[in-house]
Amino acid sequence: MKSELRDLYQEVVIDHSKNPRNFRKPEGANRSAEGINPLCGDEITVHLKLAGDVIQDIGFQGAGCAISKASASMMTAALKNKTKAEAESLFERVHSMLTEGPKSSVNPEELGKLAALSGVWEFPVRVKCASLAWHTLRSALAGSGAPVSTE
Amino acid sequence: MRALREVPGRLDVERVRKDFPILRQEVHGNPLVYLDSAATSQKPRAVIEAVSRYYEQDNANVHRGVHLLSERATQAYEAAREKVQRFVNAAHAHEIVFVRGTTEAINLVAQTYGRTRVRSGDEIVITVMEHHSNIVPWQMLCEEKGAVLRVAPMDDTGTLLVDELERLIGSRTRLLALGHVSNALGTIHPVRRIVEMAHRKNVPVLLDGAQAVPHLAVDVQALGCDFYAFSGHKLFGPSGIGVLYGRSELLEEMPPWQGGGDMISSVTFEKTTYNKLPYKFEAGTPDIAGAIGLGAAIDYVRGVGVDAIAAHEHDLLTYATEALREISGLRLIGTAKEKASVLSFLLGDVHPHDIGTVLDREGIAIRTGHHCAQPLMRRLGVAATARASLALYNRREDVDALVAGLHKVREVFA
Repeated sequence: MKSELRDLYQEVVIDHSKNPRNFRKPEGANRSAEGINPLCGDEITVHLKLAGDVIQDIGFQGAGCAISKASASMMTAALKNKTKAEAESLFERVHSMLTEGPKSSVNPEELGKLAALSGVWEFPVRVKCASLAWHTLRSALAGSGAPVSTE
Repeated sequence: MRALREVPGRLDVERVRKDFPILRQEVHGNPLVYLDSAATSQKPRAVIEAVSRYYEQDNANVHRGVHLLSERATQAYEAAREKVQRFVNAAHAHEIVFVRGTTEAINLVAQTYGRTRVRSGDEIVITVMEHHSNIVPWQMLCEEKGAVLRVAPMDDTGTLLVDELERLIGSRTRLLALGHVSNALGTIHPVRRIVEMAHRKNVPVLLDGAQAVPHLAVDVQALGCDFYAFSGHKLFGPSGIGVLYGRSELLEEMPPWQGGGDMISSVTFEKTTYNKLPYKFEAGTPDIAGAIGLGAAIDYVRGVGVDAIAAHEHDLLTYATEALREISGLRLIGTAKEKASVLSFLLGDVHPHDIGTVLDREGIAIRTGHHCAQPLMRRLGVAATARASLALYNRREDVDALVAGLHKVREVFA
């Protein structure tokens, strides 16, 4: 396989896309938001169970490509029991890694498993796939209820 | 070189390929395999040169100047209209209106013919296979007028259910609008029969020919349709130019669409007299270079031979269909008996976008997504498909490359 492809479709990514974690609406979920990528018709809903400032539970539903599913799956795994502020901060760092690649000040290694998405920046049309879940998360946290679009 | 075209009427694909400069390049280190002509086609040198020759030698505004360049530009622009007229066998050159593309042509009909003819409670009939450009303009019209959009169904192979369509056409139907060839599935509809059937009920028919003209000989008089729309860029011409054919009687009755220069005979602040056909519908300076480029594209297609192109593509489609069917886990979407060279498919549970990305790295360009036909995707129960579309410059090697690429996709997602 070509090396950039291997960077994009790392084993962790393939695994999360095939066996997405938290692929459900958590019991007691009290916030949710819908995100769509009009370019490809991908749709995702992110559900949160917020207790005060803490994300007690998080899940997602929808259909999408391997990148968008894996990103959503890893996001939910990373954010359980994190505060809103921590989630915002992680959003910023992941976003920077996805859009700026090696120029980003974020060292992918400090992002744990999410580092598996560090190859996405080499595929500009796929950045939206990887960031869809994150933008949707933000909308759910803000509680605006307005659907998010990548366009 | 000249001996290449030995068999009369047969397309020599290697010779055709030499006419398309863009095909001689590498993408991600592999020779480009372009399988996305249904999205937009590549341009032969003859088209590129016609456009640059116009800008280098003849550029001036049309229908205005007394000077030589304007005369030459006008002559070339009107010559392009006549080429289109002959290409689709319209009865008159003034039945050919230059627009930006198929989308604009359909919007023009919706906003002029539609707005004057459609009243509250009336109906417009389309099919489930339409491109968004043949859905949304009618929805907008229906919303404005309180009219109803009726949608004819298809079977699971992507074949239009003509009997069901016939049943939908009633006394309130003001227009039937349907594609000639489905962009997402490749289905060729029996439009001649459909037009006859609609006309028996006095319902005019608009055909969206965007996906038909690059593949089939189109004769609007034989088809009997009232409107026919297509885009230059899918017919090896420039983007930004397209055609609306309309029967004279209908075009005459229709009010103008956009107002401005060129569409008038005389203007006072009290009253404007509109220009004759087709200029009534061509407000403002048109895409002169685009029209000339489209004319050159038509010359090119006729030079290769419309029938030769159809035969070549039919052969290629058969070859590709068999080759794809052999890939385990691959499901062809759209298997109607009558098809143009479009292959929509799914591969196991790999999302089409991931298929597209892996193929791109092999130098293979395909389209992935909903193909601007979301209602059709919903009908099929899929979010998206991968689509390989073939044109006159594709060859069996391109299909072989696609098959090899799909095996790579399977490896990545094994």
